[in-house]
Amino acid sequence: MRKSLLALAAGLLLAGSVSAASAADKLKVGFIYLGPVGDLGWTYQHELARQALVKELGDKIETTFLENVPEGPDAERSIEQLVRAGNKLIFTTSFGYMDPTLKVAKKYPNVHFEHATGYKRNPNMSTYSAKWYQGRYIQGLIAAKMSKSGVLGYIGSFPIPEVVSGINATVLAAQTINPNIKVKIIWANTWFDPGKEADAAKALIDQGADVIMQHTDSPAAMQIASERGKLAFGQDSEMIKFGPKTQLTSILDTWGPYYIARVKAELDGTWKSEDSWGGLDSHMFAMAPYTNMPDDVKKIAEDAQAAIIAGKLHPFKCPVIGQDGKEIECKGGDHLDDGQILGMNFYVKGIDDKLPGK
Amino acid sequence: MQLVLEKRAERSNTIALVSPLVAIGLTIATMIILFAILGKNPLLALHAYFIAPLTDGYSLQEIAVKATPLVMIAIGLSLCYLANAWNIGAEGQFLIGAVAGSWIAVKTQGTDAGAWVLPTMLVLAAAAGALYALIPAICKVKFGASEILTSLMLVYVADLFLDYLVRGPWRDPHGFNFPTTAEFDPVATVPLLIEGGRLHLGSIIALLVVAAAAILLGRTIKGFEIRVVGAAPRAARFGGFNADQLVVLTFAISGALAGLAGIIEVAGPVGHLQPGISPGYGFTAIIVAFLGRLNPLGILIAGLLLALTFIGGEQAQIAMKIPLDVTKVFQGILLFYVLACDSFILYRFRLVFPNRQVARGTH
Repeated sequence: MRKSLLALAAGLLLAGSVSAASAADKLKVGFIYLGPVGDLGWTYQHELARQALVKELGDKIETTFLENVPEGPDAERSIEQLVRAGNKLIFTTSFGYMDPTLKVAKKYPNVHFEHATGYKRNPNMSTYSAKWYQGRYIQGLIAAKMSKSGVLGYIGSFPIPEVVSGINATVLAAQTINPNIKVKIIWANTWFDPGKEADAAKALIDQGADVIMQHTDSPAAMQIASERGKLAFGQDSEMIKFGPKTQLTSILDTWGPYYIARVKAELDGTWKSEDSWGGLDSHMFAMAPYTNMPDDVKKIAEDAQAAIIAGKLHPFKCPVIGQDGKEIECKGGDHLDDGQILGMNFYVKGIDDKLPGK
Repeated sequence: MQLVLEKRAERSNTIALVSPLVAIGLTIATMIILFAILGKNPLLALHAYFIAPLTDGYSLQEIAVKATPLVMIAIGLSLCYLANAWNIGAEGQFLIGAVAGSWIAVKTQGTDAGAWVLPTMLVLAAAAGALYALIPAICKVKFGASEILTSLMLVYVADLFLDYLVRGPWRDPHGFNFPTTAEFDPVATVPLLIEGGRLHLGSIIALLVVAAAAILLGRTIKGFEIRVVGAAPRAARFGGFNADQLVVLTFAISGALAGLAGIIEVAGPVGHLQPGISPGYGFTAIIVAFLGRLNPLGILIAGLLLALTFIGGEQAQIAMKIPLDVTKVFQGILLFYVLACDSFILYRFRLVFPNRQVARGTH
């Protein structure tokens, strides 16, 4: 007992020098997570990507993550803690970490940062995101086909452009099938709160929605839709086990290839600040298998997916008509340009609701 | 044979001194077992929690930053609790203070307003926090409404009001609809004390608040009144102290301090107004107040200790891959032992042997 205590104490003293030695050998890569790694949604997908990264490059890198980091005053400290622990490449995986990441990035020019879904960059701070609106468009087609009531339920998180463009893409697609489609929107004002998400799903179903879509991260809405015998789309991750007879498809965040590519660049010394905004063609995200639908609906979805990948179909093809009936300026040739989509702050015609804060 | 918890004739001063140490000892012992079960080296884990954060200037600053709002709010709450007034709504007063102060910051944004901005923000925040705390206080003394309920419910009102402002009228026009105001101008920001660090003027203000509370309670008649009204309400009545007046006064002070803490947090580490500016500071401060035995110096120590477990927990997550949940368990166990040990100041265990004669007599 005495001996083992001594050994422990010695280990304690040596700990500093030992970790310094291993740090010199391996590149340290850090991650900041919004939710718990077990949220089965957004954070879980980042965690899966981290695990894929370790599997691929585990002999050259050492990874660390901090989970449940709120998008508030604590975020800056958490990011800086990772820097001080010797991490040279840090992924901050939520929009709300944008300003804290930028603050820390300016303070440590020799550390590289990767911020998910934001728009502020620095010579040592990249941004990365996915064109999820493409997946939303496919979901809109399926939803309009599958809905008997003609009412879709949509659980929004925050009315930021990423979410608004998802709603618009869904509605534009649904209108090609059913011009009178209705969408009910509830803002949960959170990314992850299973209780609130479940309540929102219940309220939407009570208002007549029979297909539930969500931009929040937990499978709670899927479970409610399943209990009530309605249909739903998963979000971020494969949620079919929460609704084997309910899930139509799900937008799967597949960050693994991007993380591996960026870490390889860091190892090669070729990392530089970029803005990566990948679509279905670049595998930044994927669609879960199309399930619980007849073959003709499945075919519509698969055809749309193929057309989007081939560049033949753009969800925001002009003319796009705003809620006020006026045509939106077409800056991208025959479709809205990336800037218009990244800053989207309007609803398209046919949405019978008001964008919060407008 | 029976184990009975019975009240001591008078409080044990020995236990009062030893109790926190015993509590910390028991916490450490429990955590060693927990770390061992998790397969982590307990000594390294304890080092990451307690020692590592104290060994470099950066972590020390972060502890001070984290402790600042906790200590300020807890000092105000302790005055309430000493006077037997139960303010549970410091979280709401914190938010209202933050909102009131931010109003100036938002309105002067981009103008060439001068150095008066920050002081005005601080004063306004304290006033708003005090006024907000007066609602439950006045409802209590005028109508006999339970201040515990009213002050708590007003937390949600404040929370939603802040939410409305940052989603609506005060939203940053260039913020892509994210619910936040624009970054405050430098004149509306709490100055930093150390270049490149995060330690700010608020920590100094918190220390001044601690000193002022110590003087108020130890050296003034008002402080004496507060303590007497709480400890012996009947005696206080005979002494001619007005208990209602003290409820109003202590609520106002505690609201002002919470409001001040709110604007310091927003104009300091956060830099803009947004939802989620408080990870429950107003509620955690209740724990800090009791952990510090409602004593200003004790609260300062308790606030720093709790901040240490937050920072240490983060470092344990990084260095040892110990999940965040363990940090929460750790904080819970610490509080549990502190309260359990404290009960031995007023109570003691006694072994009771059943008296045979009495037992026979009842047949």
